[in-house]
Amino acid sequence: MAEPGFRRDGSWVGASVPRREDPRLLTGRGRFVDDITLPRMLHAAFVRSTEAHARVVDVDLSEVRAVPGVVAAFAAADLALRDITALLDRPIEEFVPTSMPVLAGEKVRYVGEPLAIVLATDPYAAEDGVEAALVGLDPLDPVVTEAAALAAAGPPVHDEAPGNVLVDVSLFATEGIDDVFADAHTVVSVEARTGRQNALPLETRGVVADWDDRDEQLVVRTCTQVPHQVRTVLARCAGLDERQVRVLVPDMGGGFGQKCVVGREEIAAAAAKRLRRPVKWIEDRREALTASFLAREQHYTARAAFTADGEILALESDVVCDMGAYSCYPFTAGIEPLMASAEMPGVYRVPAYRVRGRAVTTNKAPTAPYRGVSRPQYVMVMERLMERAARELGLDALEVRRRNLITEFPYRGVNAITYDPGSYRESLDLCEQVLRDEGWPGRSLSDGRVLGIGYSCFSERTGYGSGAFAARKMQVVPGFDLSQITMDLDGTVTVTTGTLSHGQSHETTFAQIVADRLGLPYDKVTIVQGDTDRITYGWGSFASRSVTIGGSAAAAAAVKLGDQLRALAAHLAGTDVDSARLDGRGGVRAGDRTFSYAELADVAYLRAHLLPKEVGPGLTATASFDVGGDGTFSNATHGCVVALDPGTGGVEILRYVCVEDCGVAIHPRVVEGQARGGIAQGIAGALFEQVVYDELGQPLAPSFMEYKVPTAAEIPDVRIEHLETPCAFTADGAKGAGEGGTIGAPAAVLNAVNDALRTTGVELDSTPIPRAALFAALNQEAS
Amino acid sequence: MTDVQLVELTVNGERHELAIPPRRTLADVLRHDLGLTGTHVGCEHGICGACTVLVDDAPARACLLFAVQVENAAIRTVESLSGPDGGLSDLQRCFGEHHGLQCGFCTPGFLMLAEGYLAESPDADREEIREVVASNLCRCTGYQTIVDAVEDCAGRRRAALQSALDSAPRSAPQSAPQSAPQSALDGASA
Ligand code: FES
Ligand code: FES
Repeated sequence: MAEPGFRRDGSWVGASVPRREDPRLLTGRGRFVDDITLPRMLHAAFVRSTEAHARVVDVDLSEVRAVPGVVAAFAAADLALRDITALLDRPIEEFVPTSMPVLAGEKVRYVGEPLAIVLATDPYAAEDGVEAALVGLDPLDPVVTEAAALAAAGPPVHDEAPGNVLVDVSLFATEGIDDVFADAHTVVSVEARTGRQNALPLETRGVVADWDDRDEQLVVRTCTQVPHQVRTVLARCAGLDERQVRVLVPDMGGGFGQKCVVGREEIAAAAAKRLRRPVKWIEDRREALTASFLAREQHYTARAAFTADGEILALESDVVCDMGAYSCYPFTAGIEPLMASAEMPGVYRVPAYRVRGRAVTTNKAPTAPYRGVSRPQYVMVMERLMERAARELGLDALEVRRRNLITEFPYRGVNAITYDPGSYRESLDLCEQVLRDEGWPGRSLSDGRVLGIGYSCFSERTGYGSGAFAARKMQVVPGFDLSQITMDLDGTVTVTTGTLSHGQSHETTFAQIVADRLGLPYDKVTIVQGDTDRITYGWGSFASRSVTIGGSAAAAAAVKLGDQLRALAAHLAGTDVDSARLDGRGGVRAGDRTFSYAELADVAYLRAHLLPKEVGPGLTATASFDVGGDGTFSNATHGCVVALDPGTGGVEILRYVCVEDCGVAIHPRVVEGQARGGIAQGIAGALFEQVVYDELGQPLAPSFMEYKVPTAAEIPDVRIEHLETPCAFTADGAKGAGEGGTIGAPAAVLNAVNDALRTTGVELDSTPIPRAALFAALNQEAS
Repeated sequence: MTDVQLVELTVNGERHELAIPPRRTLADVLRHDLGLTGTHVGCEHGICGACTVLVDDAPARACLLFAVQVENAAIRTVESLSGPDGGLSDLQRCFGEHHGLQCGFCTPGFLMLAEGYLAESPDADREEIREVVASNLCRCTGYQTIVDAVEDCAGRRRAALQSALDSAPRSAPQSAPQSAPQSALDGASA
């Protein structure tokens, strides 16, 4: 790669090049699902349950069909689609399989559950139609809280699970752990709850489905992070062959996990193709806030044993996750408890560990994995345990962390995970130093507000290969990725990836990765994503897997293509392959000749008679990538400075520092963007956002008036420092960077608030942090 | 509610005659009747700002307006910002340079918000800009880079205006326009 590229060393990787996505998005020429209009298109709206828990007595759509503009209306029995079922290969004591009907027919399990689909010539008429539906529901006592679910006093959410527990696993129990707790110098405990949140992509979910008579295919344009999985479920529900469904993903306005599971409305809208007219459904914000996939509501009871000098000896945790009414496909209701159970020890050397993880079902909207998945929560609990131990032992909280951080790699944890090298200690040291250099410690405010500084240390497993998902016993095992690269006649290339950008800039970063392998400018590399006809199979984008796994697959495909080009050049030059080299500027040197890619492509396509006998025409290579071991681990330390206002209980974040290490950053500016955006979502969870239900299971935050999404006034500027511990087995040493910000922020904010409260004796362990509790804590001496 | 009404709208300098029901929002008319899909809809209740357009130069939520309400106004959408050849405006370039967008869904709203605001308050400082940026929601960026982009654009426009004034002949009238002439801006920030 000697030819000057964007960076001094000539590589595209590592350079914050202009994003190829930007020109269209900046000019309003991006194409999102709702921007797609097809001739004779119908608009769908859903008749939804007004009860949290009820038997369906009747869904009468006769009046609906009389509404002007309404063309058709279907209830569950009319569409007759198979249920969506996500399974774990676990014994029945650990996992109770349940299903999610596309439209509810017999029973409704949350307010907002779809009962019928109305199709009209415009969306206004479709909504008029919905209002004309007559739905008879026979209410049952709703199961609204996790405690009520576990008490199992009333009718269960699913008859198959009379105790309302869908998943109950005890993955680890170190022998003798009870003795460790009994003999320890100090045992501290934390009980923590985290609020139910909405991942809240700014673009709501949506779909445009059309039947193509030429290809005999249902063409489904939808904003999903997992196009192939949507295809698979849709084909199964509707009884179609896989190839009779083509899923295309246009530009996507965020996903954050809410769009990495298969939604029922998309399937219903697509199935409405029986009218032989295109169907569009765009979720409105009210639906998105009340009836879409939610996340995060967990309850931890945890304790940890320490020596007198702050060394952790044992950790025990019981986590209950409120998964709402249904198990999501493909991850199942196990996603949160399994993640929490497997990874809770995090960045600390924990010698003994016992954990129980449960998923309970309640009459609330179902959950999906949301950016970070359980890690924001267990990191918060671990960091609270560290702080509490420090307080009890009279030690410095950072010192306690330093005594326990993993510093030797690869490290095999008590959780049977091998951590690849990271900078756990270094990131903490640097984060502390940055805040010290800025003069925060010891500072006080002249306006009567109280200052607090908080930290959080964590790692995030990013490249989950199929081994990691298989270990969870998912029956559908994500993990690998497949990439195909094709060189055209002019020497430019097109690369497919099974991953899918919803804001993370794949068109740019994947092009950088491939450009380096082939010595091409990155704008000569086109990335194809989100088309199930052009991509054999893919696992989409979630769990920060895009660059680590998808990027590595693309890199491997590019290397294979490079090998083909070298072989071809050697043949034409009459030399041996080993001496042929890519010259780093779009050509191959073989013997004393140099062939441009265009010359080689010319032979491959237009003068195939010159090819060696055993080589066919064309220039295409395919490669896959899977993480063999336990994945890659990005890490970071977050530091947060808050000011608490005793007059209002309000929290203002004055400073936020993030020292992150995601290995080699393909595009540092994109990495920073991911960190900042993630931190904003983490702060949102710590201070603002919560989906609240009343005792009947009615959602109390159906609009942005009630569901408080932080704005630029609440989210501070974030200083980001990069450390770089390259990963040994991914393309370019990258580790993945999508979720870290969200994982670290709640703990850092909560610790900062507690630091500010230290003279009050009050400690808070749950989020969102209630302002009233802060107010009370800050004013207790006065009263 | 199916009555239609004849409405004349001026959008990006072009006049359109439409037969639409009175309950049709400006956002829907722009997006679906005129095909100007750059204006996005994120909430339809006036909070997210993704649908922000300029109505007589002032930022407004297109989801909260019925098209019939703005018959006599000049409406500008994100499509008006770039040149006919697709060349980006200084503001758009600043968003790109500062990574002020990720998924890009909120971007047209922020661009139009900033476009209207900077024309009105060319001297805005960072704190004021942050306050204005707080009118809209973005779920991807954490806002900082959006504030950076708008601040940078404001600074560049001021510098361009200053150099235009400096190079103007002394006898020229001293009444500086509220915002610099577009040509001067383009030249300075290209
Ligand atoms: S769509 Fe108009 S403010 Fe959200
Ligand atoms: S860039 Fe995605 S919402 Fe702002």
